Amino acid sequence: MFQNVGEMVVLFWATLLALPLTWRQRHKVFDQFFEIGNASLLMVCILSFFIGGVIALQTGPLLVERGLGSYVGGVVGYSICKELAPVMMSILIAGRIGSAMAAEIGSMQVYQEIEALRTMNIPPVNYLVLPRLVAIAISLPLLVTFAILVGWLGGACVSVANSHIGLSFPAFFSSLRDAVEVKDVANGVFKSFIFALVIAVVSCHQGLITRGGPRGIGRSVTKAVVNSIVLIVICDYLLTRILLK
Amino acid sequence: MSDTPNNSRGVSVQVRGLHKSYDGQEVLLGLDFDVHPGEIFVIMGPSGSGKTVLLKHLIGLETPDAGQILIGGQPVQSPELMDQYRMAMVFQSGALLNSLTVGENVGLYLSEHRLKPPDEIARIVSEKLEVVGLKGNEDKMPSDLSGGMKKRVAIARALVIEPQLILYDEPTSELDPLSALVIAEEIVNLKERIQVTSLIVSHDRDLAFGVADRIAVINQGRILTIGAPDEVRRNEDPLVKKFLHADFKRL
Repeated sequence: MFQNVGEMVVLFWATLLALPLTWRQRHKVFDQFFEIGNASLLMVCILSFFIGGVIALQTGPLLVERGLGSYVGGVVGYSICKELAPVMMSILIAGRIGSAMAAEIGSMQVYQEIEALRTMNIPPVNYLVLPRLVAIAISLPLLVTFAILVGWLGGACVSVANSHIGLSFPAFFSSLRDAVEVKDVANGVFKSFIFALVIAVVSCHQGLITRGGPRGIGRSVTKAVVNSIVLIVICDYLLTRILLK
Repeated sequence: MSDTPNNSRGVSVQVRGLHKSYDGQEVLLGLDFDVHPGEIFVIMGPSGSGKTVLLKHLIGLETPDAGQILIGGQPVQSPELMDQYRMAMVFQSGALLNSLTVGENVGLYLSEHRLKPPDEIARIVSEKLEVVGLKGNEDKMPSDLSGGMKKRVAIARALVIEPQLILYDEPTSELDPLSALVIAEEIVNLKERIQVTSLIVSHDRDLAFGVADRIAVINQGRILTIGAPDEVRRNEDPLVKKFLHADFKRL
């Protein structure tokens, strides 16, 4: 993975240079946007609702037992918006969308479609990488914002329904409002923006360096997902260190 | 013999001392030849002799280990070359974009470079598909086509560029004799109509001797002979004779 970091940086830079051409590629951006956003919405909804619920279930009874019931909303809200929603949703999207990107571009590479683009003086970066990077960089932060809200709702539902916690909705959200500030949500959304860039660059790069036949495509898909997840976790640590200051 | 840039006629190709190896295995061993503007130049040779690798070098998809390729007098790796000269390649597999329709594939160059409005592109696409006998197939997906039809769509896609240099990788493989004849006629028509330089890699002796102005025979990365079809036919090199006269009757 790390031997290709230089190539990935070059690919990212080339894509940034192509950004002024985004309007030209708007139809492809919308297609990708639909694929990433709309098609992942239900999955994001279910995942984040239950993550919120689990956090409330794990921390709620402990806090209530120690007389800290008024902190349940804050703990759930803070952990979801700063850590769980951005990381879990990014891992979900790396699996769903990163794999699709690597498979599609990888198969185009294997079946000479990318060489055909080059012979027509159509740079693959502009035609293939740019729309995907722009679409995921917009849609993942939106999905994470949505996931944060649904995660809070999941935490609130469990806190109300579980007899060991026994909070009311107003009490849960009052605690959440006391602990979570807008900048905390922005912090999580910003992280997801960086993770989106990681997923797009790693997956597209993996697709572009695919060699061999169907086995090569399969290998690229696996590498794209695994490398994206590893880099997301590493970036998460580094970003948390930077953003905590 | 470098050409000044001219958008209405074919360009020259000069190959000098071209070497290429992959993982220590030498594929091209110092090729030298010229292709004149507007000429149909056919490169023949057995499978694995380096023909397709040579084509990829000529369009800049591969970088040589040593040697030089000049298109219209300019190095093929020069970034301005693609803006200055229109070049197209017809891949052996067709290399159509499978996620696009036939019409979108054929019009891709024009739409991506914004050279024509959409209705004009649709007209040109229809016209080029008619040339290759596939009019009315604009909305089909490449997966709906046979191998031969894909090849013809790839040729239509190349024609849309109105190229000054067109490279064909086995243009008649997978085609029935009648379709092969249509393609051969189109190659000759293109030369007469827009003076395009055509470089063809093929095993097809009928195609080579039917359309070529000159033929090169290549074997194991070396050129065995270059000349007009009659000269090549009379060549006494045993490898050339063996390749040109291979016949099932001998079985």
